Amino acid sequence: MNFDTNLIVSIMPELARAFGVTLLTWGFGVIGAVILGFMVAVGRRYGGAWLNYPLWLCVEVIRGTPFLIQLFLLYYGGPFVGISLDPIPAGLLGLTVYGAAYFSEIFRAGFEAVPPGHVEAAECVGLNRPQIIRRIMIPEMTMLVLPASVNMAIILLKETAVLSIITVPELTLVISAIGSQQYAFVESLFLLALFYWGLVELSGRLGRFMEVRLSKYRFVTT
Amino acid sequence: MTTPAISVKGLIKRFGEVEVLHGIDLEIPQGQVSCMIGPSGSGKSTLLRCMAFLEEATEGLIYINGEPLGFAPGPQGKPVRLPAARIRAVRSQIGMVFQQFNLWPHMTALGNVSEALKTVHGVRKSEAEERAMLQLKKVGLAERAGHYPSQLSGGQQQRVAIARALALEPKIMLFDEPTSSLDPELTGEVLNVMRSLAADGMTMVVVSHEIGFAASVGQQIAFLEQGRLVFAGPPRDVFNKPRHPRLDQFLDTYLDRGAAMLA
Repeated sequence: MNFDTNLIVSIMPELARAFGVTLLTWGFGVIGAVILGFMVAVGRRYGGAWLNYPLWLCVEVIRGTPFLIQLFLLYYGGPFVGISLDPIPAGLLGLTVYGAAYFSEIFRAGFEAVPPGHVEAAECVGLNRPQIIRRIMIPEMTMLVLPASVNMAIILLKETAVLSIITVPELTLVISAIGSQQYAFVESLFLLALFYWGLVELSGRLGRFMEVRLSKYRFVTT
Repeated sequence: MTTPAISVKGLIKRFGEVEVLHGIDLEIPQGQVSCMIGPSGSGKSTLLRCMAFLEEATEGLIYINGEPLGFAPGPQGKPVRLPAARIRAVRSQIGMVFQQFNLWPHMTALGNVSEALKTVHGVRKSEAEERAMLQLKKVGLAERAGHYPSQLSGGQQQRVAIARALALEPKIMLFDEPTSSLDPELTGEVLNVMRSLAADGMTMVVVSHEIGFAASVGQQIAFLEQGRLVFAGPPRDVFNKPRHPRLDQFLDTYLDRGAAMLA
């Protein structure tokens, strides 16, 4: 079997489109998951038992079941309970909820790592809870949760490949389709791996860069 | 007769099953330095934290300049919790300084001091920083305004923390072992700032192991042991003719360590 570079060139436009879909679902999925995950973490921390327990259960169920099955249930089971979504919105929703469960745990740990004294000092000068979260807790925990968050974002990037099973026209679906149409599995899978690896490398670099930028905020221990 | 700056009435504090304060009655006079001393675990820090409403009293009431802090007497004599805005208003008369400084690591010294002015009081950034700068000058750190806490020594951090509390122009300053996490060399610079604050007539409550400071600057000394107020009075009554055996014993351990300045 030969490695056919001409084939790679000829399928480039199609690949670019698929790459766009992957980037888009990943980008919006991560943003959605961070926002939802943060809301869950805040709800669990400050919402009392009535909010904490149901949210805890949701997080446990989502973390305890495979993404593939969640996505199947949402896309193919959704219509039975009146949720009919197109592939891309369904994929985005699935990715957001799945990611949010993990991000909420990352943020929960982040909240707990902010020294209580820093919060007390803020209370003493009159900041209310939203101000404390916005001005003290978020900036202080950013540094702490950054490595875990970058990791999670990378995992979510690779999970976008799973969206192919609900026919989202992203990289994995498109490339494997090309592969089976043209019997060019080696070329297509090689390209696929290259794409993901490039993106992961890039986001890892970005994460490192931000860590360095934020390192001056590190805590002083006396 | 003037209203006391702080008056503590029948304060009981329990953490779960453990009762750490067994009914404290104490008045902090206006414009004076009151020092609370006592062995570790005597409840002095808890008492101070109750005065800052960082701990809520299990029973009893606390008044700040005559206004109830956190809880007010209810119709059936049972204390009722005041609305959050009211609690913040009363708390704003108090400045608090912690043993661990508790500066916010992501803000510069100037940012730490001006934060509440900007966020809570809506003061314009330029004006807030101007006012913050005045406070940093007062503690001798104007030239360190742009430094982050991690770039400052412990003593400097504590002085920034004092400036942060002062920026809101509190009527009362509470100090919770302000020098306990500093080495002796850095202790002096913090105590000097506190001395000059006292000279300006600030009402101060200081929980400290610095018996020397208590003796020379304190105008009222309260000695706590095992959650009880054993003794409260002017320093000469405490240091010159100790009358309580446990207080004698407590002070002896300090004298043994060479704190001869007390005599």
